[in-house]
Amino acid sequence: MKVLAMTALVGAMTFVAPVAQAKSDLVVGLQLEPPHLDPTSAAAGAIDQVLYANVFEGLTRFGPDGSVNPGLAESWDISDDGRVYTFHLRKGVTFHDGSALDAGDVVFTLDRARAEDSQNAQKALFAGIESVEALDDLTARVTLAQPDGGFLFNMAWGDAVIVAPESIESIKQSPVGTGAFRFKGWVQGDRITLERNPDYWGEAARLDSATFKFISDPTAAFAAVMAEDVQAFPFYPAPENLPQFEADPRFQVLVGSTEGETILAMNNALPPLDNPMVRRAVAHAIDRKAIMEGAMFGLGTAIGTHFAPHHPDYVDLMYLSDYDPELSRQLLAEAGMAEGFTTTLKLPPPSYARRGGEIVAAQLRNVGIETEITNLEWAQWLEEVFRGKDFGLTIVSHTEPMDIGIYARPEYYFQYDSPDFQALNAALSTETDPEKRSELLVQMQTRIAEDHVNAYLFQLAVPTVADARLRGLWADAPTQATDLTGVYWEE
Amino acid sequence: MSRTGLILGAVLTLLFTGAAILSLVWVPYDIEAMRIAERMQPPGAAHPLGTDHFGRDILSMIMVGARTSIAVALVAVGIGMGLGVPLGLLAAARRGGWLDEIIMRGNDLIFAFPSLLIAVMITAVFGAGAVNAIIAIGIFNIPVFARLARGAALSLWTRDFVLAARVAGKGRLRISAEHILPNLANLLIVQGTIQFSLGILAEAGLSYVGLGAQPPIPSWGRMLADSQTMISMAPHMALFPGLAILLTVLGLNLMGDGLRDWLDPRLRRDAR
Repeated sequence: MKVLAMTALVGAMTFVAPVAQAKSDLVVGLQLEPPHLDPTSAAAGAIDQVLYANVFEGLTRFGPDGSVNPGLAESWDISDDGRVYTFHLRKGVTFHDGSALDAGDVVFTLDRARAEDSQNAQKALFAGIESVEALDDLTARVTLAQPDGGFLFNMAWGDAVIVAPESIESIKQSPVGTGAFRFKGWVQGDRITLERNPDYWGEAARLDSATFKFISDPTAAFAAVMAEDVQAFPFYPAPENLPQFEADPRFQVLVGSTEGETILAMNNALPPLDNPMVRRAVAHAIDRKAIMEGAMFGLGTAIGTHFAPHHPDYVDLMYLSDYDPELSRQLLAEAGMAEGFTTTLKLPPPSYARRGGEIVAAQLRNVGIETEITNLEWAQWLEEVFRGKDFGLTIVSHTEPMDIGIYARPEYYFQYDSPDFQALNAALSTETDPEKRSELLVQMQTRIAEDHVNAYLFQLAVPTVADARLRGLWADAPTQATDLTGVYWEE
Repeated sequence: MSRTGLILGAVLTLLFTGAAILSLVWVPYDIEAMRIAERMQPPGAAHPLGTDHFGRDILSMIMVGARTSIAVALVAVGIGMGLGVPLGLLAAARRGGWLDEIIMRGNDLIFAFPSLLIAVMITAVFGAGAVNAIIAIGIFNIPVFARLARGAALSLWTRDFVLAARVAGKGRLRISAEHILPNLANLLIVQGTIQFSLGILAEAGLSYVGLGAQPPIPSWGRMLADSQTMISMAPHMALFPGLAILLTVLGLNLMGDGLRDWLDPRLRRDAR
């Protein structure tokens, strides 16, 4: 009897399968869970990873290649002196709570972000704004203190997405934006669910719903992808598994570039690393190739300065810090450290840091520098290293786009204080001539490479493992985002 | 029967202790040098147990890892025995008194927590590292030895030779040290062996979650953790450290059981 029933059941199942509709839902695996859901008041990239472009949109937005495209602003006029931007908003845009988008929301968003008590993690993006006013319902005028060639780029960041005063109170738990998906639910520690916004102003999303599932452990991530519990995993955490996925016809592996300059950061205020000669010695002791191969299984592009190699203004400065342990020892001796020294090496969880750290430690030991390795969780790392500046060396990837400006902030965690560089950065922020801008950018890159502020390792590559039938995922990661608006299942 | 276990256990224990001692003077390859080009090689002539994801020789890593495991477990058991036994003897000597109560309830308090949980707590508070792992494992060994010592001492206190010593005017502490302790030696050796194996397991567990010895010091637990995501490509990376833990713990347990049978006069009489 039982056998008969089973056969009948199996028969029914095989019969049903071909009739099933094309898939219209998607489960995306992510390693990090957002602490809350307000991209305009936290530094956590995990928030943008879920919400950018899906739920929240800005005046402008990043395309898959990092270009800046119109977002909620359909077009804009720039005054001749480059100080006044007049944004023309799209007609008929509504927030997910039904309220209409108007210029007042733009004024609210920008004023909130640049306020004295603003919690925005990237206040520098808004620092140049002198005033914001609504000319009419769909026109907003932003006046800058000085011309800023990067202003439209700034407005595309996840930190600059447009929020509404009506829904701001509860944004951290139930975000209300204008995007093609609206927020449905959040089971903390497990998943966030989005569903299609039927009233979207633009082309509607092709997926009915999307679930972001948080899997922090690389082994569990591997198992979840293999078992097809998740159908896409951007920033897949274990590069050593990629050949296996590539060999499996069920999966596709996309390897894209990111804005993540992965560096061995040095505490420029802590002796003996305050001595540029010692930092130079550290830089020459490092073999980038071995680190990329050993930690990332070959993924990544070597860099010689804090700048993305796919950017047109990038200059190859790796010759300033070639792998040369002999020179490194010599430099240490010249700096009066012939015996070497001991410092700390504090490592956050990603494998580029943990595995890279072990290799860095071995390479430094080779020239006489001993390191005490401490593995930290992200929260501890932010507390001890980023805010507390209690470290000698650390490895981290700076994933913000065009973030060379951090070197102009002497209070930033690696504490590089160079008036020359600060002057260059100030000049850049007011320069609008593209040619002069790129000249300044080259000078800035060269300056930090010559000062050996940090040891520059490689540009992080982002591997995305996905179901072979999934289309429309971003390969590159010009900003932290998982843009699902164009994602669909091939039938 | 028990002799076979004892001998097998002793051989396994000697093997790993020998490897650890040998690693002080010689290992096949330098475990700090990374040869990325030679990574994840399966066992072969050049590397009998293969290489790991940094191209380090796994045999060398296991030998040095044995040193870490044994050192951590040995010192931890030393702490447990060194503090636990005197506390237990003291409690037995003052049986029923307030001191006895305080000591034994204090022990119950530590005992009430799962041992590994205490270890995780201690390393979380004071930071990860071999020294803190030793302290953590040492602390949860204290009540084990304190209870054992007290229980055994209590029965000894009723024996005639102790009575004789009391009649001779010896103080309680002196009797504990001179008459009770020597009679506990067998028990302590047996328990020490068992605790030693648990210590090795605890060290491996702590290293596995990243709270034990920190890199570059090799540790069996961390070798397992490192090999986790590569298990389908290079199973030998997980197999050999796993076997090392298994065989060492098995060896120590067999030896502990064998020693108990061999040293305990009552059991020996029963066996005949």
